[in-house]
Amino acid sequence: MSPSVPQPETWIKTTPAGLYCEPGGFHIDPLLPVQRAIVTHGHSDHARPGNERVLATPGTITIMQSRYGELAGGSLQPLDYGEPIAIDGVGVRLIPAGHVLGSAQVVLDYRGARVVVSGDYKRRADPTCASFEPCNCDLFITEATFGLPVFRHPPDRIEIDKLLHSLSLFPDRCHVVGVYALGKCQRVLALLRRAGYEEPIYLHGALIGLTELYESLGVPLGPVLPWADATREALKGRIVLAPPAATTDRWSRRLPDPLVAMASGWMRVRQRAKARGVELPLVISDHADWDELTATIDEVAAEEVWVTHGREEALVYFASKKGYRARALALTGFEEDE
Amino acid sequence: MNRFAALLDALLFTPSRNGKLRLMREYFAAAPDPERGWALAALTGELVFDEAKPNQVRALAAARVDPELLGWSYDFVGDLAETVSLIWPAAPGGEGHVPSLSEIVEQLKGASRSEVPALLEPWLDALDATGRWALLKLVTRELRIGVSARLAKTALAEWSGVELDRIEEIWHGLAPPYQPLFDWLEGRRPPPEIGNLPTFTPLMLAQPLEDADIAGLDPHDYLAEWKWDGIRVQLVARGAERRLYSRSGDDIGGAFPDIWAAMPGDVTLDGELLVIRNGEVAPFNDLQQRLNRKTPTPKLLRDFPAAVRLYDILREGPEDRRGLSFADRRRRLEAWYAREPRTALDLSPMVPFTSWDELAELRDGARQRGIEGLMLKRADSLYVSGRPKGPWFKWKRGALTLDTVLMYAQRGHGKRSSFYSDYTFGAWRGDELVPVGKAYSGFTDEELRRLDLWVRNNTVRRWGPVREVSPQIVLEVAFDSVHRSTRHKSGVAMRFPRIHRIRWDKPFHEADRLETLERMMT
Repeated sequence: MSPSVPQPETWIKTTPAGLYCEPGGFHIDPLLPVQRAIVTHGHSDHARPGNERVLATPGTITIMQSRYGELAGGSLQPLDYGEPIAIDGVGVRLIPAGHVLGSAQVVLDYRGARVVVSGDYKRRADPTCASFEPCNCDLFITEATFGLPVFRHPPDRIEIDKLLHSLSLFPDRCHVVGVYALGKCQRVLALLRRAGYEEPIYLHGALIGLTELYESLGVPLGPVLPWADATREALKGRIVLAPPAATTDRWSRRLPDPLVAMASGWMRVRQRAKARGVELPLVISDHADWDELTATIDEVAAEEVWVTHGREEALVYFASKKGYRARALALTGFEEDE
Repeated sequence: MNRFAALLDALLFTPSRNGKLRLMREYFAAAPDPERGWALAALTGELVFDEAKPNQVRALAAARVDPELLGWSYDFVGDLAETVSLIWPAAPGGEGHVPSLSEIVEQLKGASRSEVPALLEPWLDALDATGRWALLKLVTRELRIGVSARLAKTALAEWSGVELDRIEEIWHGLAPPYQPLFDWLEGRRPPPEIGNLPTFTPLMLAQPLEDADIAGLDPHDYLAEWKWDGIRVQLVARGAERRLYSRSGDDIGGAFPDIWAAMPGDVTLDGELLVIRNGEVAPFNDLQQRLNRKTPTPKLLRDFPAAVRLYDILREGPEDRRGLSFADRRRRLEAWYAREPRTALDLSPMVPFTSWDELAELRDGARQRGIEGLMLKRADSLYVSGRPKGPWFKWKRGALTLDTVLMYAQRGHGKRSSFYSDYTFGAWRGDELVPVGKAYSGFTDEELRRLDLWVRNNTVRRWGPVREVSPQIVLEVAFDSVHRSTRHKSGVAMRFPRIHRIRWDKPFHEADRLETLERMMT
């Protein structure tokens, strides 16, 4: 950077409401209601209701409207991937983050300096959303959910095969898979279809809305049925997707001899899976694993790296050791769940 | 190794006993020799690599991974074997030869301490994360997959169709990888000849006797003795060999050199392991101090002197006495003890009686420490392994009970994972409730459903998985005894607490006080 280019901390600030671009006058994924918000994706710890003006991808806006209705925001401005706009002298672009449908990184250009805010992201292919696009920048603000080298996600196919193998091993047990309602649910559906599983897949009520929304946005997910319409007998040997908390709670008692699976990056650690009462852990994550986090830092070639929500210390340490200026960004309010 | 690693992984995640048995049966049917023998040894805790240490594993990982990152990862995962298995980086030269379990065991067994790391490293490179985890679990000797030695042997019995007792009888005469055992179980050879080895004889156990059942029994058929509150053991001596077996057949002799020293020659005895000071039985808690230590210090031996109170004699010299009646065996036991008195052994006295009423009075009057109740044994009963119905009864003293208040609830495991089934209850101290124990049994399924719903509707705070409930429900808790304990805030610990009744009717402020519980202490 030449001397006239502003240092990032002079124009990107952390405030109680979250990350703030001062010259542009907008927050990114604000934790509290603000005047102007750019939202990276539709998960509820990033997309919160009650902002005056919201800028996001069309996919994210549709998701927010479906989740929050009127409360999604005073005015909602869709911005397609790659389309540049300017907000009070700050260039803004949204590019795919590969996390869930509509998820974006935010690219900010200001007086010759470029900052990329990754939001949540992953690097491997996902049939339900656009793939992550690396973008060179001066400052990369990265997530660190799985920021420890014990987190290496195996190929999705291996994990899906585990589920299908278990179904053939226990043909009378209902396989209930814990998935987050936005993204993970639809990705697991799509991965099962890719693996050749053509049977109807049953959904817990909390997953139906977003799954229909994905289908309406052109993501084919095969035959899905509401769980509540099936008899107990009909659910034997079937796959039922449900929110993680439901899989070991009262709702699961209505399933025939349920075998609890969970699709999450945390399943990599046995004791964590065990503690959640999971019998079949599936390491399927919508976040970058350690290798992807570290490779991406190298790829975007930023001089400076800020690390937020997750295990910041290990990634900061790694980046510093490799010669990047790195620091942890103390933002609160993001959830550990994925 | 991959097959064995997959077995361990599946065992860890399968909560039900039947599921675990099925996995092991399938493994024994599918795996070749000697691999399944080594696996059996691992599952029964008999596979020990003395020269392999957790520190070597830590050092290997620290040489391959940044120590800071290793440290943070270990803090997060909390288990060395798992951390190293997950963090281990891909091999620089691609994957090597994946070792079989047999190769691993055979090479590790012959290795010196300095050779172990050089063996482990290429294996860690060649195996996948689950394989590394299984290897490191073996090396660090902490499987922790919820499988006891007995469960593994049960799977062996179910798979082969040979009775568990027959396997138990010869088990201690066998050594890994148990080729003669598998040959016998698969019908290729007669039972292994175990010769003159100090093997375990599966115990004869008693049925519980309900007060209502006693009318149907004739007091003249039965002999009575006290039921002592320790752990049941079997002392076996043959030639120069000595063993002290727990009721599950584990040799615990190493932790009890005081018993060891007292063990006589050529005999098999059945008795109760206790801590006895000046002829008086100490609370079970004192015995627990000894059970917690694999190698006791001289001070521990002095402060908590162990002894075995003898119940029965199963073998005398070369003679198997199990085919004699209990009355005959008892006479022989007394004669044997008269010839061979030992300081750390004594005889459990018989309790003479003529009627059940008289015996009931004796039982309820026995407030002496260390007595749980009475044992009733038919005078003509032979010593039969297992829990046959009729010859032996345990007649426990009426339990102590206390009205407590439900304070916290936590969800159970397996089939109960959706139910708040683990309850912490408290008693009054002044105006506050202090937790005095935890119980998760004693209620019907219907009561569990009702309690579960009540907990959900009356939660006042959550502490991770624990729900604090508003103090309203009185639980009448039954327990066998109560002891002083420094581990609990209340200063007391109950033995075998269980829910006796749910007092939906009783106002919670009328529950019992801590002082009441303290007065019940023996």
